[in-house]
Parts: sequence; C-alpha cells; structure tokens
Amino acid sequence: MAEVNKFIKNFGWPRIIIGGFLLTLFIVAPIFGVRIDTSLNDVIVRFGMSAIMVLSMVPMIQSGCGLNFGIPVGLVAGMLGAVTSIEFGFTGMAGILVAFLVGILAAAVFGFLYGQLLNRVKGDEMIIATYVGYSFVFFMNMMWLILPFKNPTSVQGFKGEGLRVTISIQDYWFHKISDFLALPISSSFIFPTGMLLFFCFMAFLVWAFFKTKTGTAMTAVGSNPDYARAAGININKMRTISVILSTMIAAIGIIVYQQSFGFVQMYNSPLAFVFPSVAAVLLGGASVNKASIANVIIGTLLFQGILTMTPSVINSAINIDVSEIIRIIVSNGMIVYALTRKAR
Amino acid sequence: MKMDKNKIGKLLTASAVPMLFLLICLFAIPLSQFSGSYLLNNIVTRLIRNSFLVLALLLPVMAGMGINFGMVLGAMAGQIGLIFVTDWGVPGAPGLILAAIIATPIAMLLGYFGGRVLNRAKGREMITSMMLGLFISGIYQFFLLYVCGSIVPFKTPGMLLSRGYGVRNALTLNVAKGFDKLLLIRIGGVNIPVGTFMIIGLICVFTVWFKKTKMGQDMRAVGQDMHVASTAGIAMEKTRIQSIMISTVLACYGQIIYLQNIGTLNTYNGADQAALFAAAALLVGGATVSKATIPNAIIGTALFHLMFLVMPMAGKYITGQAMLGEYFRMFVSYGVVTLALVLHSWKRQKDKEMDRSQFRIAVANPPDK
Repeated sequence: MAEVNKFIKNFGWPRIIIGGFLLTLFIVAPIFGVRIDTSLNDVIVRFGMSAIMVLSMVPMIQSGCGLNFGIPVGLVAGMLGAVTSIEFGFTGMAGILVAFLVGILAAAVFGFLYGQLLNRVKGDEMIIATYVGYSFVFFMNMMWLILPFKNPTSVQGFKGEGLRVTISIQDYWFHKISDFLALPISSSFIFPTGMLLFFCFMAFLVWAFFKTKTGTAMTAVGSNPDYARAAGININKMRTISVILSTMIAAIGIIVYQQSFGFVQMYNSPLAFVFPSVAAVLLGGASVNKASIANVIIGTLLFQGILTMTPSVINSAINIDVSEIIRIIVSNGMIVYALTRKAR
Repeated sequence: MKMDKNKIGKLLTASAVPMLFLLICLFAIPLSQFSGSYLLNNIVTRLIRNSFLVLALLLPVMAGMGINFGMVLGAMAGQIGLIFVTDWGVPGAPGLILAAIIATPIAMLLGYFGGRVLNRAKGREMITSMMLGLFISGIYQFFLLYVCGSIVPFKTPGMLLSRGYGVRNALTLNVAKGFDKLLLIRIGGVNIPVGTFMIIGLICVFTVWFKKTKMGQDMRAVGQDMHVASTAGIAMEKTRIQSIMISTVLACYGQIIYLQNIGTLNTYNGADQAALFAAAALLVGGATVSKATIPNAIIGTALFHLMFLVMPMAGKYITGQAMLGEYFRMFVSYGVVTLALVLHSWKRQKDKEMDRSQFRIAVANPPDK
C-alpha cells in the first residue's frame, strides 16, 4: 500500500486521472467504430507537431523564469523565418533550413530583448510574459501588413500587399520533415519518423545542454538564486541565455508544426499555442520551477491524446461535441493547479 | 521650496501615462475626422458602459493583490443572471435588478472560490487570477451549452440553439437600456442617462465609505505588508478573500450595466475581454498595480475609450488600411497593461536592491553608540 501511495505521489494525481481517461478512450474507441490506427496516427502526428513547442518551456522553467507564457515571441520569430523562406522561393529541405536559420536569428534578437525585460521584473515574469506575448503579436500584426513582402503565394491577392491570414506551403516545403523516412504501417497510419527523429534530436540537444557547465549553472540559478550568486554565477546572464534558448526552440517548433500542417498561419495564430503548450508541460509533471525532457514527452502525449481522442470517441458515443470545452477545462485547470502549488 | 519640487515631480510621474494618452488622442482626433458632438456622445456612452467595471478593480489593488483579472468570474455571473431574466421576459429596470439578485450569490460563490485559490498563490495573484478566469470560462460554457435547456428548463425556445438545448451565441436583451432610460436628459444633442450615472456615483460613494470602515482599513494594512498585518492580528487570508469577493460581485453588476447599455449579449466570448479593457483603462488613468483611486478609474475610462474610438479611423485615413488602426489599438491596450506591470515590478525590484545596499552599509559601518 505504501508503495502504491508513493507511486501516486511521484506520478501525481492529474497525470493518473488524465492517463486513465485517455486509456479508457482508447479501449472504448473500437466499440463506437473509431479506428485505432487512425487515432494512433493522429496522436503521434500531433505529438510530433507540438512537442518542440512544449520543449521550449524547459530552459526558462529551469532557470527560474517561470512558465513561458510569452511563447508567442518565439513563434513570431519562426513565422518570420517561414515567410522569409517562402519569399525567396526556397523549396524542399533548403526551404526549411532557411526558415530555421532566419527564425533562429530573429529569435536570438527577440529573445535577448525579451530576456532583458524579464530580468528587470523578477517575481512577476509570468503575468508580464503573457502580456508581452499579446502585445508583441499585435505589434507584429501591423508589421505583417506593412513589411514589403512580394511573393504572390503569401500576399493578399486583391491588394498585392500585406500577408495572407493563412499561407499555403504546398509548393514549398510541405511535409518535408514529416515524410523523411516515413513508415506506412497501414492505410491510415503513416508513422512520421522524420518528425519524431527531429524531436529526439532537439530533445537531445536540450538534454546535453543542461549537462554542460552553462546548463548546470542555469539549473542552479533556477533552484536557488542565492546559492547561485554566492557561487559566483551571473544570474542575469544565465536567465537571458535561457530566454534566448526558449525563444529559439519555440521558433523551430512552429516551423516544424507548419511543415506538417501545410499552412503558415499568420496574425493572431500564435496566441492559440500559449496555454496548450504551458498546460502540456505541466500535465507531464513539471512544476513552475522544475521541468525535464520526460515531462515534455509525457505531457505532450497525454495532452494531444486527449485532444484527438475526445472529439472522435465522445462524438460517436453521445453525439455531443464537448471536446473544445474539455480542452479549455483541462488545460486551464492544469495551469491553475500548478500555480497554486507551493513553490519547491 | 524643496518639498514643493518633490511634490510637482511626483504629480508629473503620476500623470505621465494619462498625459501621454491625452497627447495621442489630441493628435489622432483631427485625423479621425469625427465631429465633436459625436465624440462627446460616445464618450458619455463609454463612461456609462465601462466605468463600473473599472471601479470593480479598485479593492483588490488596495488589498495588495494587483489587478484582479479574475473579475471575468463576476462578469460571467452577471451574464447568467441576464440570460435567465431574458428567458423569463422581465423587461426594463426591474428585470435588471432581478438579474442582479440572481447573479449576486453566484458571484459571491465564485469570488469566494477565487479568493481561496489566490490565497494559495501569493506573489503571483495576477497570472493565477487570469488563468482562473479562463478556467471558469470553460465551466461557464459547459453550463450554457449543455446544461441550459436540457437540465435547466427554458421557457423561450427562441433562445436555444436549433438542436434543442444550449443557449444561442447572441441574445437580444429585452432589459436593454433599463437603467439608461430611467432619467434620460438631453443637453445640446448629448444624451445623458442620469440614472446610470447615479448608480456609478453610488459605487464611488461606497468605495470611499468602505475604505474608512474596519474592513477597509484591514485591507489596506494587508496591502501594505501581509506579514506585519498578520502579526497585528488581522485575519489576512480572510481579508484577501473578502476583497476578491466584493470585487467579483461589483464586476457582476458592472457587466450587467455594460450589457444593458449595449443591448445584445455575446453569450460565449463576451466576458473574456472585460478584464483586459478594464485593467487597461484603469492603468491609462494613472493607476499602478499597488495604488488606484476613483479619479484614476474615471479619467482612465474616458481617455482609453477615446483612444479606442478614434484610433481605427485615424489609422485608416493615414495609411488607407482600416485593419492597421484596429491592430494598433489592440497593441496599445495590451501594451499599456504590459508597460504598467513592467514599470511597477521594476520599481519594486529597485527598491529592494536599495534596501539591501543600505543594509549592507549599515552592517559594514555600525553606528557609534
């Protein structure tokens, strides 16, 4: 009994409840005529699409900057990379690489400024990050209208200026990472090897980074700032690096998402990723100041699992679409739960 | 003489944000090509609609809990009240009062819950209250989409979705203008609904009075320093819950007043932005996260909505693109909240550093006995 209690305590009630719910959905799915392979396909594809964005939470959480509610800053950098790559007409892998490159460069600049701001508001990072994210998105909305993009694929057809709300990448780099070494297991289950490999690569980089001297110092800043200061670590520098890293990973994450989705969504779209990404890492067992790669993987799987399974299974079962509401309640409830727990 | 200079400096820093907005407005008004009476009429309307909601934010600021982004909880309670009154077909001011009576217990309950949650998240009240608002919004939607019309009976089938349950996305309120029509007077083409202004005046009087009561004093003490207040025998957690409860109930009334002026209810995403615009208006009025007064609220509402009104048109005439102005005003509303939060937090951090360095000096050179 004690062992069971210990397991529950380690694993955490939210994960057990959500995990159990997801398992039940998978078990009852065939009864309502929902194909298991389609469901698995959806869950895995969506995992690959959003896992890197969830991964981008880790550096900032580890360095004590809290949950990155300002993820739109990074996403906008990624979008900038994507439209720039399209603008110059790069296709295939080259297109994605150019998008990554421009995205990362933009993310470095944005992230540096964002990090400088967060260093001045220690203790209030999260609420300020949320509002920075929102303001930045609306600022960039103006830029999307003004910046001199010319490629007819990306600008509004009737005016010839200002970017479209959704830009198709069909002719540029659609599915270029997803289809790399993809394994067709059944007619409706194509295993996106490339996307998962890419996530593993990114996760490995982050993991390896936290094994380096800088990474360890960053963790120290997050776990105990006073100790870190006493040990001669430059706290502000570590925090800035973590914010830049988070922003860069988010930029890469949105490009991976877009190449699988087939469209670059502009304007307000980054705002839709904020709370799901934060909720996913928390669902995986992260807290406001501790997160690991395992948290990212478990959390994204559970969260995307719920997101894909509830509409299909519950709709076929009772003909009511409650999935959207379940998503709102689970993701926001998870964030409230994490915020109300004692730090450390 | 030196004191005076300090005072003027303080006054200037306190009014820097409102001044800036006044300048933006003065610059944009001629560009927007609106007529004076149109603008005046609209400002009066906006004041009626929004100032109550903004005033609802004052008490949590006083209790040191920052901007209560959880006021959407109250707004949702108010909307539930209005939906029921619309279903029962009670028109005019009595309908609004009935709606307030139905909504009050819901708002109190939500406020109590909110206060309890925020007590567990000391030091990050603002983000928690914001997330709480989004979380409760999920439950609110569940209630209206699936419970209303199926478990909770509705008399008016026209209010329900075509599938037979769930409230429709947009409702026309038959209580529209209930308070506004009470004592409507016209001065030179400007409609002034004295009835609504009296209600707003009442809440101002209440706030002033409340600050002087025992509970209000406790709240201020808790806002100054939680631990000192706690050791002085003030039930700190209880006081904080009370401040959130009052704020939620006031927000609920505020939303009812707001909607009776608009006349239609956007059922599912009407409440979401209430907190953002209220917070932005309060901060534009020169309030900070730790200090907010009634003049801040009223001036802020007028200025913020003046900007909101003229910006899209000004943007359209300058650049030829209406969307640009639209994005600009959204950018400014979020931006002003960001700026105010950053300035406040930055100042607090600087004060802390100053304290620390002074402590260090005091330790290094102990005063001679």
